[in-house]
Amino acid sequence: MAVEERSETGRVTRGREVADIRLERVTKRFDDVVAVDDVSLAIERGSFFALLGPSGCGKTTTLRMIGGFEEPTGGAIFLGDADVTGLPPYKRDVNTVFQSYALFPHLSIFENVAFGLRRRGQRGDPLKRRVEEMLELVALPGLGKRKPGQLSGGQQQRVALARALVNSPQVLLLDEPLGALDLKLRKQMQLELKRIQNDVGITFVHVTHDQEEAMTMADQIAVMNAGRIEQLGSPDELYERPRTAFVASFLGASNLLRGRAAGEGVVRLEDGTEVRVPAAALAGRTGPVAVGIRPEKIRLAAGESNMLEGVIAERSYIGVSTQYIAQTGTGSITVYAQNTDHGPSGLAAGDRVTLSWSPESTFVVDALEEERR
Amino acid sequence: MATAAAEARTQPVVIEESLAAKVVRLLAKAPVHLVLIFIGLLWLVPTLGLLFTSLLSPENLTEKGWWQVFAEPSLITFENYRNLVGNEGVVDALVTTAWITVGATILPIIVASLAGYAFAWLEFPGRDWAFLAVVALLLVPVQMALIPIFREYNRFGLYDTIPGLVLFHTAFALPFAIFLLRNFFAGIPKDLMEAARIDGASEIKIFARLILPLGLPAIASLGIFQVLFVWNDLLVGLVLAQDNQPIAPEIASQLRQFGANLEVIAPASFFSAIIPLAIFLAFQRYFVQGLLAGSVK
Repeated sequence: MAVEERSETGRVTRGREVADIRLERVTKRFDDVVAVDDVSLAIERGSFFALLGPSGCGKTTTLRMIGGFEEPTGGAIFLGDADVTGLPPYKRDVNTVFQSYALFPHLSIFENVAFGLRRRGQRGDPLKRRVEEMLELVALPGLGKRKPGQLSGGQQQRVALARALVNSPQVLLLDEPLGALDLKLRKQMQLELKRIQNDVGITFVHVTHDQEEAMTMADQIAVMNAGRIEQLGSPDELYERPRTAFVASFLGASNLLRGRAAGEGVVRLEDGTEVRVPAAALAGRTGPVAVGIRPEKIRLAAGESNMLEGVIAERSYIGVSTQYIAQTGTGSITVYAQNTDHGPSGLAAGDRVTLSWSPESTFVVDALEEERR
Repeated sequence: MATAAAEARTQPVVIEESLAAKVVRLLAKAPVHLVLIFIGLLWLVPTLGLLFTSLLSPENLTEKGWWQVFAEPSLITFENYRNLVGNEGVVDALVTTAWITVGATILPIIVASLAGYAFAWLEFPGRDWAFLAVVALLLVPVQMALIPIFREYNRFGLYDTIPGLVLFHTAFALPFAIFLLRNFFAGIPKDLMEAARIDGASEIKIFARLILPLGLPAIASLGIFQVLFVWNDLLVGLVLAQDNQPIAPEIASQLRQFGANLEVIAPASFFSAIIPLAIFLAFQRYFVQGLLAGSVK
């Protein structure tokens, strides 16, 4: 077993970087379609990890391989130190919350939660206590006698969670668990899931296509696209320093401007404007690149060291902010301006404007890739 | 909780219907109801006729029609039924039929539910081809097998025995039974099986705790089909039994022996018809559910 330290709450202390799940060069092919392409990945013990990507990117297949429902075509999967490649699901210390919840419709809520315990030979009072404990954890005490069909979607979701956690697995896999809930309930369950993960302190691996959901809950996010991991990092890393055009536009909105690297920390845009970027962001790139800026980091006035001249083409007031689209020499740029002052701002369509932003809020991605998309 | 509030809002609104509206609604549907009642009665006439015929004494049978019972209720007598209890041939045949029906219903259900699960959810080489072969067997007519089976049964001492008839009915029920149950089981969501498998449930446990309870509607309707078919069977009983004949061939043979001895035929026929009818009425809820088995989810 890996070295581990548990605090009072049972939560593993951070900073030790104990990998709970490790994928080594895992590939999965279905006939001639490559669903997962040479993915390597380490998920820290006790963390809330999200696999994020559009549909068909391989995130669910990755999850199903960790769970043992699919066998990788190549590569190895480790849980803790043990190689579990080829083991059936029940021999892995893993449980799953399915997108459809997969509650047994003919059994009561109590029996649904007790199912896993009974398979392990638990009977009588300990079983009853454990089931009630789990129903309390998911805030559904006293509903044990009902059938799944008598519960709302959100409640069914909680039962599925209780059933998956009842045997205290080492890892819990969640396959788009909130996909079937309406927006308000989804927001509530996001916080609830996070609380439950904190309470039980086990590793959660969560698959979603909703970037906001991933950012709200996860400590670490792997953004997947076409069977590969585009970038892995904490939510703020991914947002502030996306490394590919795909990540930049999948998580939030981005302005991507084409140009060429022109020396240490400088990119020359197509219209000749020179833009300063962090030297690390350029990372030794030469030739064509794309410069990225988040719309909310751009000011509608001079003052920062990167500047572009433009004309306001569109303006839409959406309450918390005003969105502008400005035409510049290198294309249109979206700007979000926070409505911190009273009343609408003075800029209107047709006005000339100077856009400026700081080098620190600028990132660089490969231009070829941006063109390919 | 927000959930509860959301549910309260989705409660359907009950609109009070005025008396006039109710009358109009019933009147609008009246023609349809009248036609349905008429068809229902038309269908019931032969059964009722048989019942009243069986309640007339042998003397009255030749002179009067069963409908005269309505004019003269005093004609009704239970004498025929009393005599039926004394008729060894019919009583033995009813007991034999009951045994055959029980055996030839339970056995195919056991075999077909196991096979249906395997064809739906287990992976083994040649699975789909084997299933196709089973489906192809649906096309084999019973008549084709009668003579070869008759000869084989003589060789193995199964001729004129209850096990022999049970096995024959089971064999010919299996293709349809497997087809029906496999399709129904295949419609059970895969996630349920995976959820059970993670918790360490074996295939047998999944079969017993998930598939059987969830497949109950299909299994029940299969059971009803089979009871009706086996109970009413004439051909197989006639060919493969002699002294141990089930009720349908027995009634036929009594008809031959005594010509128009309606006082035996009528009560025996009515009794043999009423049992499958009772079973059907008792389980008709499942029957309707099961008819949709495998077609619509």
